[in-house]
Amino acid sequence: MAKKLALIASKGSLDWAYPPFILASTAAAMGYEVHIFFTFYGLTLLKKDISDLKVSPLGNPAMPMPIPMPNLAQMLPGMESMATMMMKQKIAKKGVASIEELREACLESGVKLIACQMTVDLFDFKPTDFIDAIKFGGAASFFEFAGESDISLFM
Amino acid sequence: MMEFDKEVDARNLNCPLPILRCKKGLSDMLGNQTLKIMATDPGSEKDFAAFCKQTGHELLQLDKTENVFTFYIKKRNVA
Repeated sequence: MAKKLALIASKGSLDWAYPPFILASTAAAMGYEVHIFFTFYGLTLLKKDISDLKVSPLGNPAMPMPIPMPNLAQMLPGMESMATMMMKQKIAKKGVASIEELREACLESGVKLIACQMTVDLFDFKPTDFIDAIKFGGAASFFEFAGESDISLFM
Repeated sequence: MMEFDKEVDARNLNCPLPILRCKKGLSDMLGNQTLKIMATDPGSEKDFAAFCKQTGHELLQLDKTENVFTFYIKKRNVA
C-alpha cells in the first residue's frame, strides 16, 4: 500500500509557497499518495495566475538582506517589490524551481489539491479564480484523508 | 564505463528538481533498464539514495567528479 502524506498549506507568500509544493511533488515522486488542503492565505497558491506571489522582509527578521535594514525602512513603498524581485532573481540563478513548475509537477503526479470551502466564501473568491484541477472541501474532508495518513504537516 | 538506456541531465538544478527529473525519466522506461542521471546539487547524493531505497529502484553506481554526481539507476521490475 502506498504511503500517504497530508499537508495543510495556510500561507500565501512566495517563500512559504515552497514547502508544501516541494514536499508534495517529492513525496509523489517517491510513490506517496498526497493531499494538500489549502486554507486561508494558502488559497492564493491555487489561483490561475501565481506569478504575483510576493515575499516581504517586514516582520521577517531572518530574511537575508544585502544590507542590514531597520523595520522602519522595510515598510517604505517599493520595499516589498524589491525584496520579491531580488528573491526571484536568486531563485532563477541558483536553479531552484519556480512555484509554477512545482505546482505543475504536483498535478502531473496526481497530488490532490483541496480548497477550503469556508475560506473561499469568507474572502469572496470565485471558483473560476482557481485552476480547474482542484476540489472544494471542509475540515471533515481533510480528516478523512489525514486520519489514514502516515505523515501530516501544517505549514 | 557503465551501460545505460537513457540519459537525463539534471545539472545546475536544485532540490527537488533532480529527483523530479529522475522520476520523470524513469516513468517511460521498462523494468530493469538503466537510467543515467547527472546532478550538481550537493544534496543529491543523499537524496538519490533515499529515493531509490523508498521506491525500490536500484542505485547501481555513483560516480563523483569534482562537482558532478552521476547516478546509474536500474528501474524496478514492474512485473
